[in-house]
Amino acid sequence: MTPTLNLTINGTPQTIALDDPRATLLDLLRERLGLTGTKKGCDRGQCGACTVLVDGERVNACLSLALSQDGKHITTIEGLAEGEQLHPVQAAFIAHDGFQCGYCTPGQIMSAVGLIAEGEAGLDPERVREGMSGNICRCAAYAGITEAVLEATREMDTAAERKSA
Amino acid sequence: MAEVMNMEGHVRLGSNAGQALTRRDGILKVTGAAPYAADARPEGLLYAVAATAGIARGRVTHLDVAAATAHPGVVKVYTPANVPALAISPDEKIHPFVWKMEALQSDAVRYAGQPIAMVLAETLEAATEGARLLAPRYEAEPPRVTFETGEPYETDTTAFGRPATHRAGDLDAARGTAAHHVVTEVSTPAQYHNAMEPHAVTARWDGDRLELDTPTQALALTKTTIAAFLGIDAAGVTIRSPFLGGGFGSKAIVYGAQLLAILAARDLGRPVKMVLTRAQMYGPVGHRAPTRQTVTVNLDPEGAITALEHDTLTVTSTFDHFLEGASGASHSVYVAPVLHTTHRAVRGDIGTPGPMRAPGEASGSAALELAIDAAAEAAGMDPLAFRLKNYAETDPATGMAFSSKALRECYAQAAERFGWDARPLAPRQMRQGRLLKGWGMGTAQFPCPMFQAAAHATLRADGSGVVETSAADMGQGAWTALAQIAADGLGIDIDRLDFRSGHSDLPDAGIAGGSGHTATAGTALFNAGADVIRQLADLATQDPASPLFGAGNAGVTARAGRLWRNDDERSDSYEDILARAGLDLIRGEGKGVREGEPTRAMFSHGAVFAEVLVDPDLGQVRVSRLVGAFAAGRIINPKLARSQLLGGMTWGIGFALQEEALHDARTGRFVNNDLAGYHVPVNADAPMIEALTVHEDDPFVNTLGIKGVGEIGVTGTVGAIGNAVWHATGIRPAGFPIHPESLI
Amino acid sequence: MNRFDYVRADSLGAAVGAEGALLAGGTNLLDLMKIGVATPERLVDISRLPLDWIEEHEGGLRIGAMVRNAQIARHPAVLARYPALAEALLSGASAQLRNAATTGGNVMQATRCSYFQDPLSPCNRREPGAGCGALGGETRNHAVLGWTEGCIATHPSDMCVALAAYDAVVEIAGPDGRREVPMAEFHPLPDATGAGPAPLAAGEVITHIRLPDAGGMARHARYVKLRERTSFAFAIVSAAAALEIREGRIVTARLALGGVAARPWRARAAEQALEGQPATGDSFARAAELALQGARPSGDNAAKIELARRIAVRALERAAAGTPERLPALPASVFAGDDNG
Repeated sequence: MTPTLNLTINGTPQTIALDDPRATLLDLLRERLGLTGTKKGCDRGQCGACTVLVDGERVNACLSLALSQDGKHITTIEGLAEGEQLHPVQAAFIAHDGFQCGYCTPGQIMSAVGLIAEGEAGLDPERVREGMSGNICRCAAYAGITEAVLEATREMDTAAERKSA
Repeated sequence: MAEVMNMEGHVRLGSNAGQALTRRDGILKVTGAAPYAADARPEGLLYAVAATAGIARGRVTHLDVAAATAHPGVVKVYTPANVPALAISPDEKIHPFVWKMEALQSDAVRYAGQPIAMVLAETLEAATEGARLLAPRYEAEPPRVTFETGEPYETDTTAFGRPATHRAGDLDAARGTAAHHVVTEVSTPAQYHNAMEPHAVTARWDGDRLELDTPTQALALTKTTIAAFLGIDAAGVTIRSPFLGGGFGSKAIVYGAQLLAILAARDLGRPVKMVLTRAQMYGPVGHRAPTRQTVTVNLDPEGAITALEHDTLTVTSTFDHFLEGASGASHSVYVAPVLHTTHRAVRGDIGTPGPMRAPGEASGSAALELAIDAAAEAAGMDPLAFRLKNYAETDPATGMAFSSKALRECYAQAAERFGWDARPLAPRQMRQGRLLKGWGMGTAQFPCPMFQAAAHATLRADGSGVVETSAADMGQGAWTALAQIAADGLGIDIDRLDFRSGHSDLPDAGIAGGSGHTATAGTALFNAGADVIRQLADLATQDPASPLFGAGNAGVTARAGRLWRNDDERSDSYEDILARAGLDLIRGEGKGVREGEPTRAMFSHGAVFAEVLVDPDLGQVRVSRLVGAFAAGRIINPKLARSQLLGGMTWGIGFALQEEALHDARTGRFVNNDLAGYHVPVNADAPMIEALTVHEDDPFVNTLGIKGVGEIGVTGTVGAIGNAVWHATGIRPAGFPIHPESLI
Repeated sequence: MNRFDYVRADSLGAAVGAEGALLAGGTNLLDLMKIGVATPERLVDISRLPLDWIEEHEGGLRIGAMVRNAQIARHPAVLARYPALAEALLSGASAQLRNAATTGGNVMQATRCSYFQDPLSPCNRREPGAGCGALGGETRNHAVLGWTEGCIATHPSDMCVALAAYDAVVEIAGPDGRREVPMAEFHPLPDATGAGPAPLAAGEVITHIRLPDAGGMARHARYVKLRERTSFAFAIVSAAAALEIREGRIVTARLALGGVAARPWRARAAEQALEGQPATGDSFARAAELALQGARPSGDNAAKIELARRIAVRALERAAAGTPERLPALPASVFAGDDNG
């Protein structure tokens, strides 16, 4: 029996016939749906490279059983930009050189989007560093990552104010 | 060549070399579109998963192939009994950059984690479970994975034929007259690269032709090596490696599981993807070997070094040769009228060590810088004053002049930025709340090797350019920095340049290692552009219709898509020159190589200052501030160079406080071969970190004056942190990483 | 991982008595399955059980077993009345893991003993009677309290240490009805030859964690955690302390240690010794001595005993100084800043 699950991925509802109940959300995205922007660094929740948003919250896709996600909304790095328009976090990562090899970058960016949405770090650099510590960057672009998250936070605050004004 | 990566969409902040352009691959990387090898999903793909040895020494006596094969989805299990043969034994060292590999050539186990079988399946899940179901049984012998149990090993060389010993001057005499004889012993553990991207290969065959997606720091070398082991024509091998998810030395070599995946793809007639697990990266793809170092500094009464001794004991594998050349770090940093450095080793049942970011230099610098501070203390001197007093004006190891050495400026700028002159001489003088605060420093140094690279450049009729070389971008920024150099070589704006790279069909860009890739590949690209410009200038200066006609003697300069007379204001556009000559394009070639034996000692230099906070009761250390200043010749892109330097310095934090791979001595297996047990720095570990670059013109190192920034950040930093810990606590670290319990 | 059947339990009734391993957030179970330590033939997905809220209960709180760790840590009532619990949670794992991991799963998480995690090593915890591979091995992280030759593993949770200090109770539903166990006694200590019995019987499900009224301890409670890196690391040792102080004297004291034993180590003798004493360093030092009474190294980890004493003192000092209005940027860190100038 092939189990099916319903997921809304980057805004698009999908019904997926899953060939193997063992598949994690990460291997579902990467090996079955072709969404390879989400990366596998450790496969054990120890590096954060596979970070995606599930119902708006950042989680490690490698430790999420795909079947258990039935009905959820998944946002991956592929779903962040609006067409050619980069998400403010993406743009800030480029401007502040918040990456080098780029492998942890999708996870860093999704984690940063989650962090900003949580609203608890704000513009406190130390809280940003702590909040981003679940994403290992072996190239150690941490200074740039922190600068980028702070700038994106400011940018998004300003945009939100403009909208509400 | 549509499949060759081309970059668009970077943010322009200036033009070409010297400018802080954002990465040209930035948009690809922040959108998840940048392709890494494991992202490939060719039609009909099979997944390969290696089964690895659970003993460190002995042989495999049984594999439950039937159980694995019976698992739904499993297509094939390869063991020594049925694996297709390679053309050359994987134990053959066909060139110095080949490490002996495990490709199921026998049932012997020579280290824990070695591949002992490979399972091919329709899904990753099935292949993974198939590998588990093999449930190997062994005939085990007692493993030797420690300094104590390793077999003594006599050797004259460390790595790549470098001599293990350097003896210059009369050591006995120097010791006899020394006012201070300061002995410092420092141990360093085994460390693993842990690039974020696990080693991966996706292989597919089309008849005799082989196509690979696999990250490599040496495209051309990997191509010829793989072809040799498979016994096929290298011309039939194509490797795409546009992006490496980090390398740090571990992706310069070919490894057994990679070859097995390629063999399987040929045998089964289907594409195969093999990705090492994080745990499987501990063993077959190199590591930084542990060391026990003794550095002895002999001083005269005024604090001048009269003799420097550095001995390193390390561990290498039982079956191959690579010694961590740590003692070499003492060759060229400080004045040493007498200089004796030695290396010794034992052989253990471990995977062969290899180069890991600042190989030799990182471990050696860590010990040397602790020893220098101990010597400064013995002499009653400030650590910076002591280093300035013992500043090497010429290279102590070779007697040669330095090609350039702006180390004094590095010391001065970093010290000022850091506020070093407020430092109390004695330890345990500073507090922040209840925490102890300490300041320490270290000198950074890294050699400037060049390898060999080739490049092509083409100028097109519309004045745009194409350059080609098979460079590797593992994060250092080759896609951007090399394009900046190439655009200058052609005298065009970088936005008019199509830079093709990361593909084995392109000219060999050499190895991305040794901090020499930008210099080597950059020189080739620049020279290729210059070759084009030479031809273009010949056309123009001999063309009566050109404003440059007759300017041959005065010469012309290429800039912004035009050739300009050196003797007046007139210029001619590339488009016009080509159009009048009726040419669609001009092609040029260039090489990047250092000709002849060097007559100067060539190093990047730097100074690193560290502030640490130490909990006096609990011993936890945080590096609260790091300031480095580096003189590394010409900086092609300050933004990328800063990232490289900060990355290296953060590696210094990991080295000093965290990184340590542990074996169980009884089984030889790792106890922490994952990222929860083997700690590397996280964001919160690097709160305030700054890298300054000091202007330096080096007319000798290469025509572009590039020295390299990839590894130097690690050196100096480890010692600076260790010395800061001493300054905070009064305890000199006996080794790295510094554990909390050692400080209480 | 092995093949398994997957079923979803939509009600507690369906979960209780169900055969198979319970899957909630998956952050520990999937990891154990990937490394071959857990090989369940059936997974019962309980992540959708309606146990995902926090409610007021007799002056305390009742936390559903499916509440995510991050939800507890940011819950206003937890922050106001049980700040050491929030601080402990925020010092554990990463934000991603805290978003997925559940209360029940955190309690049930397995030891990080590397020998337990290595299916090739003997382990009484994994396979009763097999022996303990950790004894005589790399034991810097192992237990110094309550261990036997049968098992020297420690429980890795931060949350449970704070819960134990707060006198939390684990509510369990089973085929034979409901029962409750104090958090501090939920994880069995090893016996002479093994890791001790499983904390839950077959078919049992943790439904809630109940926190009694914290009374006057609300604003004198802290968690402190010694680590090998600034964040995203398990504790070398940790401590949760909560105090009620009146006119400089301790009326009520709570102290629990982490990273030292197979369970969060509630230090009752230390608590009794503190009560009635002035909230000063001397009192704390005496209490810490008592907390580590009977501690002995299980290998190359003698230093942990002294570190545990000192972290107990630190937690008590910080608790006495009062919980800051807002938790520090580096929760539970020795570098948290609030007592470091």
